[in-house]
Amino acid sequence: MIVTFLNVVIAGLLLGGIYALIAVGLSLQYGVARVFNISHGEFIMLGAFATWMLYTMAGINPLISLVISGPFIFLIGFFLHKTLFRSLLNASPSMNIFESKSMLATFGLLFIIQNIAILIWGADFKGYSYLNVGVNFGGAVFAANRLVTLVYAVIIGTAFYLFLAFTRMGKAIRAAAQDPKTAGLMGVNINQVLALCFGFGAIMAGFAGALLSMCYPIQTTMGLEYTVIAIIVVTLGGMGSIVGSFIGGFILGIIGSIVTTIEPSLYLVVFYFIFSLMLLVRPKGILGK
Amino acid sequence: MDIATLKTKQNLITGAILLILLILLATLPLYKPGYSVILLSSILMYVILTVSWVIFSGPTGYISLAPAAFFGVGIYASAIIGKAIPFPVVVLIGGVASFVLALLVGALTLRLRGIYFAVFTFGLVMLISNAMNYYEIHFTGTRGRFVMVIDYNTIYLYMLGIFVLLMIAATIIKRSKYGLALMSIGQEEEAAEHTGVNVVMVKVIIFAISAFFMGAAGSVMATKWTYIDPGIAFNPFYSFMPVLMAIFGGMGQLFGPVIGSAIFTYLEEFLITKFAELYMLIFGAILVVSILYLPDGLVGLIQKLWKRFSERKHANT
Repeated sequence: MIVTFLNVVIAGLLLGGIYALIAVGLSLQYGVARVFNISHGEFIMLGAFATWMLYTMAGINPLISLVISGPFIFLIGFFLHKTLFRSLLNASPSMNIFESKSMLATFGLLFIIQNIAILIWGADFKGYSYLNVGVNFGGAVFAANRLVTLVYAVIIGTAFYLFLAFTRMGKAIRAAAQDPKTAGLMGVNINQVLALCFGFGAIMAGFAGALLSMCYPIQTTMGLEYTVIAIIVVTLGGMGSIVGSFIGGFILGIIGSIVTTIEPSLYLVVFYFIFSLMLLVRPKGILGK
Repeated sequence: MDIATLKTKQNLITGAILLILLILLATLPLYKPGYSVILLSSILMYVILTVSWVIFSGPTGYISLAPAAFFGVGIYASAIIGKAIPFPVVVLIGGVASFVLALLVGALTLRLRGIYFAVFTFGLVMLISNAMNYYEIHFTGTRGRFVMVIDYNTIYLYMLGIFVLLMIAATIIKRSKYGLALMSIGQEEEAAEHTGVNVVMVKVIIFAISAFFMGAAGSVMATKWTYIDPGIAFNPFYSFMPVLMAIFGGMGQLFGPVIGSAIFTYLEEFLITKFAELYMLIFGAILVVSILYLPDGLVGLIQKLWKRFSERKHANT
């Protein structure tokens, strides 16, 4: 009984860590840059494939290749905002119109990135084995790579939280999230901050993808599935809140793990049900303002 | 000739052209059976989905990603009751089922605005799809089901009929006070409410009417596929396509979405079997470019060019 309980909770936490990391990026992009990024999952996919390529072709340790692939994905996000979303922002008469336009543009990005990836890597499952050894937790056994994943997710999330809370740039980002106009008047280079945020969102997705590739088989069409999970987590935790993303991620992870032990085919139904219920009862999420 | 008679004369001419076009389309199976009928059926399918989407989402700016849900409900209605009941009734029931679903969903969710509404409607598609999948595996013990087969000429004529009804409904809504109410909601919902528009009622009713046509189209198209499962019926792709086609064609005029979806379906027919990735890539690129550079879509662009052209003509004389 206790072993099952441990099994379920730890599996939930492991899953939740990844969910949280995926969601942090989306939450940041929407919370600050006001772009509801449907192509978020594609950046996860890019991160996963970059890690897979570096590992299988150059033999680079996945935990180190984060440092190589991360900046690239950051730059993609950064320049996407500098070009595409900036011109949309300038052309939109109101924030609401910008939000819907930019969301639709990210639909386009989804199809562009995904299909370029399919043309390059094909549509088959890819995978590699890394740190695939069992670790015993009082009777419950877990693969080491999943534990590493959880630790990394928590470290990255905490580091990012501290960055936002204490650095000058972090303050600028938070100011821009609260009120872009006033922040601009106070000397924050708002365009730069928004582009940086979009880049940070992308790099979070890239990290999550790299970690995912260690534990699960990857595929060029995997993006949308993770985007959907990120959307559910963000809705649960509250848009624009990092702590909320982690709370939402862990809640969803544990619920997913419980439902999977009882009835595996039902977990997506439960996710969507929670999601719909949350939107109806409290659309701003647990920690949303 | 005063302006009023000129206008009626213009209307008569447009009406006559439309009537001739309709007769040509309706008699197509007689003189050009086969592939062109099948192609036109799929074009009509996307046209119906897109125009119904535009009826509600065009003026209000609410981005609904629920078309796949309503379309899928129609498909399932056809699959479940299709063999027992005459076909016209099946189509009607498919439409009504979607209508009722939209009423329920609309009444629940139209308080949500902006991206929350979009995200919820998308979640709805996935919820129904997954729940249906679960139900089929655990209760009926099968995955998917067969639909009765109907010859493609009949499918085509039904789609054409739905299309004509839809265009009539769309025109009536656009010219009625409901059309104006929808536009005022899109511009400033609070202000619309204060001027006496029953915002919730208007939104829910129009949302449900648009769902009716999607459902009806679904119950006809189901017979073309002969086999369906939740993954086919509730494919989120049917939610994305209408949005894209409407943006590409332009939502200012009713024929904008018609042209947009016709062009895309034509493109799809040729590219998707051989170069599926390329098709989707082009699709994405056109979407981004349209959002960036064609705020009023293809039709808006043509109108702008036409205006510039005719103005120049006037300046010279």
